[in-house]
Amino acid sequence: MLETVWLILLFPLAGVLINAFLGRWLNRRLVAAIACLAVGASFVVALLVFFAMLGLPAETEAGGNGRERIIPIFTWIVAGSFKVEASLLLDQLSILMVLVVTGVSTLLHIYSAAYMKGEEYYNRYFTWLNLFVLMMLILVLGDNFLVMYVGWEGVGLCSYLLIGYWFEKKSAADAGKKAFIVNRVGDFGFALGIMLIFATFGSLAFQDVLPAAGTILPGTATAIALLLFLGAAGKSAQIPLYVWLPDAMEGPTPVSALIHAATMVTAGVYMVARCFTLFEASPSALNWVIWIGVLTAFFAATMALVQKDFKRILAYSTISQLGYMFVGMGAGAYAAGMFHLTTHAFFKALLFLCAGSVMHALSGELDIFKMGGLRRKMPWTFATLLVGVLALSGVPFLAGFFSKDEILLGAYEGGALVPWILGTITAALTAFYAFRLLFVAFYGQPRLDKKIEKHVHESSPVMLVPMAILAILAVLGGYIGLPRFLGLGNAIDEFLHPIFAASVHVPAAAENATMEIVLLAISLLAVAIGFVAAYWIYIRNWGLGARMTKSAQWLYDIVYNKYYVDEAYTEVIVKPLRMLGDFIAVAVEERSIDRAVNGFAQLFGLAGEGLRRLQSGLVRNYALAMFIGIVAVMVYFLVRSVWGL
Amino acid sequence: MVPPSFYLILSAILFTLGAAGVLFRRNALVMFMSVEMMLNAVNLTLITYSRLLANVEGQVFVLLVMAVAAAEVAVGLAIVVAYYRHKETADVDEMDLLKW
Repeated sequence: MLETVWLILLFPLAGVLINAFLGRWLNRRLVAAIACLAVGASFVVALLVFFAMLGLPAETEAGGNGRERIIPIFTWIVAGSFKVEASLLLDQLSILMVLVVTGVSTLLHIYSAAYMKGEEYYNRYFTWLNLFVLMMLILVLGDNFLVMYVGWEGVGLCSYLLIGYWFEKKSAADAGKKAFIVNRVGDFGFALGIMLIFATFGSLAFQDVLPAAGTILPGTATAIALLLFLGAAGKSAQIPLYVWLPDAMEGPTPVSALIHAATMVTAGVYMVARCFTLFEASPSALNWVIWIGVLTAFFAATMALVQKDFKRILAYSTISQLGYMFVGMGAGAYAAGMFHLTTHAFFKALLFLCAGSVMHALSGELDIFKMGGLRRKMPWTFATLLVGVLALSGVPFLAGFFSKDEILLGAYEGGALVPWILGTITAALTAFYAFRLLFVAFYGQPRLDKKIEKHVHESSPVMLVPMAILAILAVLGGYIGLPRFLGLGNAIDEFLHPIFAASVHVPAAAENATMEIVLLAISLLAVAIGFVAAYWIYIRNWGLGARMTKSAQWLYDIVYNKYYVDEAYTEVIVKPLRMLGDFIAVAVEERSIDRAVNGFAQLFGLAGEGLRRLQSGLVRNYALAMFIGIVAVMVYFLVRSVWGL
Repeated sequence: MVPPSFYLILSAILFTLGAAGVLFRRNALVMFMSVEMMLNAVNLTLITYSRLLANVEGQVFVLLVMAVAAAEVAVGLAIVVAYYRHKETADVDEMDLLKW
């Protein structure tokens, strides 16, 4: 059964081909059905593979990973000692990612079918969405760095295409370009990292490189790890490359949910988890990961505090949560990071779908301060959003609670005290902005335009069912990773254990249950503070928020304008590059190359001008020229033969 | 029997007449006929040497020349006729449309 994993790739590929080449002539319903079925079939195969995997022993008799399979497809490149197989690696880590990707994708495809109903380029949308799923699956299933890189670039391309789906809108087209270009910076690092890996190890296959990571020089290991992390920071929107993600909200909402919250942006986390031996081989790389992660988590959360745009709040929240995942990676709590990745995929996709549902009802309105009181008009959306908000803020017994606390616990156990403190503060901020979103948009008095208010309606069941399923997952998803002190066993830790067994960070067997409970209490306290603050400001004392803003206008402005990072990038990077580009365009291109080429053309033009006078237009002149030529040739040969020259 | 040199002399005369015709006449048709004359003068030379040297290759070559000449005349005459219908003249000195 495990060897049939290639089927998972085949279905989305078929969906892409059918919708790309025949979609124009197909009925819209059929287009959507094909796309949904393609991904759904992948999900079913993934589930079958997963259960087949569970039936296998986790450890072979030789001590290896009994659930790991390498499925060769074909030999891709052979050039001297450089050999790349296009093969798939199926193990616990990749099947977890495959399940998340195909599962959430299936729900979002169904949701899209209703959400994108009135759009013009329906088949194009589903083609790209299926292509995205295909590329994401190649990324997570690839057996070596190059195959991974193919998927890595492929999802970047799909992200670009889908952000710019409404390409007639300038802001959407610009956002697509920004995402692509910022990602290129990260990809550049990733590509260099891959080359350095080949130069160091002489191979790109995971099974050659990863176990041997401990044998290389620490300097090389640091270089490789940091280059790879640059790639991860680009794809997973970490400082300093996070700037593209908020703008990516220009795309359709299901795209934001699927690509820019649940799956693609977690590719960097997956990559770090996959290559953890490389990171552990370097003394400083993990430190970088944990610090970048926690700073991103903290600053993105502060930016989310003051945003007014529904989707942008969620975007900054995504960046912040991705930061948490990197904290987990950096602290060596890989399973916790992957756990948070999974739960985050559920509740963040859910939150975005709620955003889409609200947008649908309010004719595209996104400013939460123009909503208010939606609770009664959209009960189902309210209920699911409530679940999402509770899960995101880490309220007990929902998914985010378990996974986030496991990461914070990992950070504390890993000895990273300051990141732990910052992470806990971020938890409070998270609770605050999550509840702020809920309270401002769904409670209080309606502040809608009268025109819009009349049309407010609950979304169709096709949209609500995926939301409900995700809400259930956002509740139950946490129970695959229960805290250790309960003694019930942490399913996801145990499942992923063979992958991360080689880690130097394997937690001590004898845990300190008291410490765990204390940490849990502290983070619960943080969540409670965030909740009470949001409740106090936005429910009990409506208007307090505005007064607070007034009293600290300068601070508000700085945070609201995202610390002017975008502006700084424009000044420091974009403008000098643009000047360089202008210089090359004018001085090098026009003045040097173009002039040389044009000069040659003019030279030949002048020569032609001179020579064309020979064309007198008199046929007999031509005949005479021919005659003289022939006579001259004959004379030449005559002379040669007579004098024997 | 007529000595071979006679044939060669006749051939040379014909060739000269043809060349002069091409160079000095203005009518395209006449120029054509002159070209044909030059071709036939060469044919005559080839035949003569073929007889003289008892080698059949010259005769084969003549057949080829005749075939090519026929084709060339067919095309050339068609052009001249078409041109005449268009311009009402066959004077080569007036055919100067492609001149600079």
